[in-house]
Amino acid sequence: MENNQDKLLGEVTSGEYKYGFVTDIETDVIPKGLSEDVVRLISAKKEEPEWLLEFRLKAFRRWQTMKMPEWAHLNIPEIDYQDIIYYAAPKQKKGPDSLSDVDPELLKTFDKLGIPLEEQKRLTGVAVDAVMDSVSVKTTFRETLAEMGIIFCSFSEAVKEHPTLVQKYLASVVPYSDNFFAALNSAVFSDGSFCYIPKGVRCPMELSTYFRINASNTGQFERTLLIADEESYVSYLEGCTAPMRDENQLHAAVVEIVAERGAEVKYSTVQNWYPGDKEGKGGIFNFVTKRGICKGDDSRISWTQVETGSAITWKYPSCILRGNNSVGEFYSVAVTNNRQQADTGTKMIHIGSNTKSTIVSKGISAGFSQNSYRGLVKVLGKAEGARNFSQCDSLLLGDRCGAHTFPYIEVDNPSAIVEHEATTSRIGEDQIFYCNQRGISTEDAIGLIVNGYAREVINKLPMEFAVEAQKLLQISLEGSVG
Amino acid sequence: MQTDFLLQIKDLKASIDNKEILKGLNLEVKHGEIHAIMGPNGSGKSTLANVLTGREIATVTAGTVTYEGKNLLEMSPEERAREGIFLSFQYPIEIPGVSMVNFMKTAINEQRKYRGLEPLSASDFLRLMREKKELVEIDSALTNRSVNEGFSGGEKKKNEIFQMAMLEPRLALLDETDSGLDIDALRIVANGVNKIRRPDTSVIVITHYQRLLDYIVPDYVHVLYDGRIVRSAGPELALELEERGYDWIRKDADLSEETWTTDRK
Ligand SMILES: Nc1ncnc2c1ncn2[C@@H]1O[C@H](COP(=O)(O)OP(=O)(O)O)[C@@H](O)[C@H]1O
Ligand SMILES: [Mg+2]
Repeated sequence: MENNQDKLLGEVTSGEYKYGFVTDIETDVIPKGLSEDVVRLISAKKEEPEWLLEFRLKAFRRWQTMKMPEWAHLNIPEIDYQDIIYYAAPKQKKGPDSLSDVDPELLKTFDKLGIPLEEQKRLTGVAVDAVMDSVSVKTTFRETLAEMGIIFCSFSEAVKEHPTLVQKYLASVVPYSDNFFAALNSAVFSDGSFCYIPKGVRCPMELSTYFRINASNTGQFERTLLIADEESYVSYLEGCTAPMRDENQLHAAVVEIVAERGAEVKYSTVQNWYPGDKEGKGGIFNFVTKRGICKGDDSRISWTQVETGSAITWKYPSCILRGNNSVGEFYSVAVTNNRQQADTGTKMIHIGSNTKSTIVSKGISAGFSQNSYRGLVKVLGKAEGARNFSQCDSLLLGDRCGAHTFPYIEVDNPSAIVEHEATTSRIGEDQIFYCNQRGISTEDAIGLIVNGYAREVINKLPMEFAVEAQKLLQISLEGSVG
Repeated sequence: MQTDFLLQIKDLKASIDNKEILKGLNLEVKHGEIHAIMGPNGSGKSTLANVLTGREIATVTAGTVTYEGKNLLEMSPEERAREGIFLSFQYPIEIPGVSMVNFMKTAINEQRKYRGLEPLSASDFLRLMREKKELVEIDSALTNRSVNEGFSGGEKKKNEIFQMAMLEPRLALLDETDSGLDIDALRIVANGVNKIRRPDTSVIVITHYQRLLDYIVPDYVHVLYDGRIVRSAGPELALELEERGYDWIRKDADLSEETWTTDRK
């Protein structure tokens, strides 16, 4: 770990977005614009059952009556929803069963992103579902996992092969009417990952989905559904990148997690969508609804996120703590630089008795960026003995950026204990100079300080991701001081 | 270019917010020499240390500084450090969240890289840490904490000397490293410096008091007064200052013809 850190500190030399390339591949795209016909077309392309088309149409009709949320501390330019392509798929033979069926260009793309899809090349212990634009390209280690009864496949395949599971759980945590972006996603979602861990099974490897936007003018609307049956355990990772383009691209995903009695789910994200250039041109608009329910007693859901990318981030991974003694956790590092804007946080809804939640949010703002934490801790009347601890820290680089915290606390049970701590600090010129005087460059000094500041959260990530995340933090902040 | 001099400062002038602090300072330091710079508060001692290490509080307005034959003023602060200049800070800085181990490891390996050396392996590094900790008698617990965070004044000063031991500089600037130390700590710190020092290590000891110079015996003592070195002599000058204070220097300096052109125009 120590060694790795040194290496990555040494390795990083330029602050440019490294994943900005475009893959030249034949893509099946539908015309721009959104209508009932488009929803039907997407559903038809995916050969979906009638109930799913109905779900999409209901969502679409609802969406048409909804407005974009305006309460966030974000300055969102007008988005023309008719100017977006809602389905783009790299052309390949249907359902690639073996790797030789996958277009070599696609394999190269994921290789370049550090996600080799050949199983023998993969780090042992990580199974990957690779999603490019609207479809899943390849899911690794499926057979190994299947032997234990674990289902890990693309969402589309799950619809075909495990329709009862999908139908039972889809929209059970995030209803299609939940919010503007969730409704949009429910209408046009293309693909994503599906995962089911049976009773009593500890998933032996990290499951991960890697999302890649490639095609231009397209939106990405993926849907992830993760079900941990009683007494099971899974750790799930999500990574994402996109090419550098001058236009903004919309990403509106929905992730739902269900933890049954005694189950534990760890969900980690390293979000590195293209953030736009220094002047704020281009970049991904990242509007994501992520929510988990601790449905059974003694269950636990833990969200860990490192958010470095996107021009705009709007995202509140939340936990509904319904089971007694259930536990929800949210560990977040959100970095904004240049003209990036982030409004991110969580909701912890305590319903069951003796439910516990922990929130650790570390915001880092630099340049002209705006970084907000927004969190709700809600304790319902029956949540006897509920406890929450929240720690919200902001770190500022320079004096032209903004850091804001919007904590909301609603407690309806007098036995609840809710604690909130917040700090704001600044990386001082004197700290940087002290490092410089010992031979450490300014960029490396920032890397050291920022990684030290974010360590509590980074430590929650699985090892391979932790290294990646540290590197990202430093790269994202390059050029922000001096 | 090979010269006898490690450091040559010629007619150095520097200002803070357009106020001239260094007013034409000259100093030459040969390899292996120890120079003490003494002077009353506010005379510009720390400003000199800042200018030599590249801290941008003061702006250099005139003069030259040559280090190992190179123009020091053109180098970035980290380059100067990698070239072997080390400052023991008068007020060491706290860096919460950054462990001493990580900090030192990054510093050492950056410096090694600059000299074309491979990074130290984890075990070599830890061995070096242990060795130097013993050398400067620093408490093990301190190096397990964040850089200077919550350290007492004395612990911070010891930690500076520990870092000096780790980095083995060619030119060490000790800015009031003795202030705030009790006599035991002072002895430990001074002995540390003596043990670290190689025959060709040069040291500039900035101090208020004679007592440190009992342990670190200088070859030359300079008095810095109002931005200028107004007197240079051997170690006996320190004793004289101890006895007579700075007042007689002040009188001397004020009578100098130079002051007509600066202070009284
Ligand atoms: N950051 C600063 N901003 C403004 N003035 C300063 C600053 N640092 C030092 N000075 C001024 O420069 C002069 C010399 O200070 P300094 O070099 O710290 O003296 P010494 O170390 O000899 O006590 C003093 O008048 C002091 O007030
Ligand atoms: Mg001083």
